[in-house]
Amino acid sequence: MEIKQTALAGTLESSDIQIMLSKGTDGITIDLESDVEKQFGDQIRKVITDTLAEFNIDNVKVKAVDKGALDCVIKARTIAVAQRALQTQDQPAWEAF
Amino acid sequence: MAETEERLRRTMMFVPGNNPAMVKDAGIYGADSIMFDLEDAVSMAEKDAARALVYEALKSQDYGNAELVVRINGDDTPYYHNDIKAMVKAGIDVIRLPKTETAEMIKTLEADVLAAEKEFGREEGSTHLMAAIESAKGVLNAPAIAAASDRMIGIALSAEDYTTDMKTHRYPDGAELEFARNMVLHAARAAGIAAFDTVFTNMDDTEGFYRETRYIHQLGFDGKSLVNPRQIAMVNEVYQPTAKEIANAKNVINAIEEARIKGSGVISMNGQMVDRPVVLRAQRVMRLAKASNLVDEEGNTIEK
Repeated sequence: MEIKQTALAGTLESSDIQIMLSKGTDGITIDLESDVEKQFGDQIRKVITDTLAEFNIDNVKVKAVDKGALDCVIKARTIAVAQRALQTQDQPAWEAF
Repeated sequence: MAETEERLRRTMMFVPGNNPAMVKDAGIYGADSIMFDLEDAVSMAEKDAARALVYEALKSQDYGNAELVVRINGDDTPYYHNDIKAMVKAGIDVIRLPKTETAEMIKTLEADVLAAEKEFGREEGSTHLMAAIESAKGVLNAPAIAAASDRMIGIALSAEDYTTDMKTHRYPDGAELEFARNMVLHAARAAGIAAFDTVFTNMDDTEGFYRETRYIHQLGFDGKSLVNPRQIAMVNEVYQPTAKEIANAKNVINAIEEARIKGSGVISMNGQMVDRPVVLRAQRVMRLAKASNLVDEEGNTIEK
């Protein structure tokens, strides 16, 4: 599924992750910036990809700036940004939670 | 999960619902209850993100024995129903309704929570409720509000909105809150639920915080709402029983045990009969002493 609009969720504060989704042309591409990219980069990408899959989003550009977020924070921010990009934040997709 | 009777509720710490650092660390300060806030601490534009964040944290983080509470947005907002659904699905212990003014608001909330429990396959009745009283109308209706549902575990006074409604503001001596505090407290006691005092926001006024906490402890409040983890130890200190109170409570507990072994229905201590209020107070003192690490699980004094 394609997203409807560019969207942003999360902040650049410690323990958070800021995620931006914009329309993609080549499946899911993730541009990740993180101080712990070497140790946790694959895990962060996996949480984002798995969560996007719950929303059936398969064609999107992801820009993520990680400030040491736990998996639950990454998942929560991905849910928020996906719903904003799909303009469904008023009808949350409970199965993705 | 929350238990209505036995649980100590000295401290209820507010945690802004959209702040990942504070949400993840909320369990380390030893608060008896943690209240994740989706209401005033979260801007309109971030309501959806805060809801998702608190949900995912509840599902994955270990908050120990703390009672987990969430303050949802009021039923006059578009966030109310989604907040309820998300928090019920996450298995929250208690939903706190802000700006409660009538028993009907609690009955409506109860019906909404029950519907969510059915939708998400949660045990019916497992989500408890509490009400924040923030207006003159709420104070006058407090007895009905406290008794509005079997799910109710507590009622809290929220002084900022209340004093504004009363055309005053907060003073150091708290005289403006006297009536409201006593109403909320009596409503809670009559309904058999917990009473929480309002927050004290001036972090620089330590003396004022202790004065207010001693005062509400004397009145009989279960505890206090807090905005800063530094205040937890201060409240616990005020609620900590004295060595004399503990010694006396132990004697009462021993007398109960002695009566049980003898098969006697009458409990006596130093030749005097011990009646039920004394027993209840002794049990509460021992719970507080255990929580304050003054005695161990068996009631033996821990030497410092």
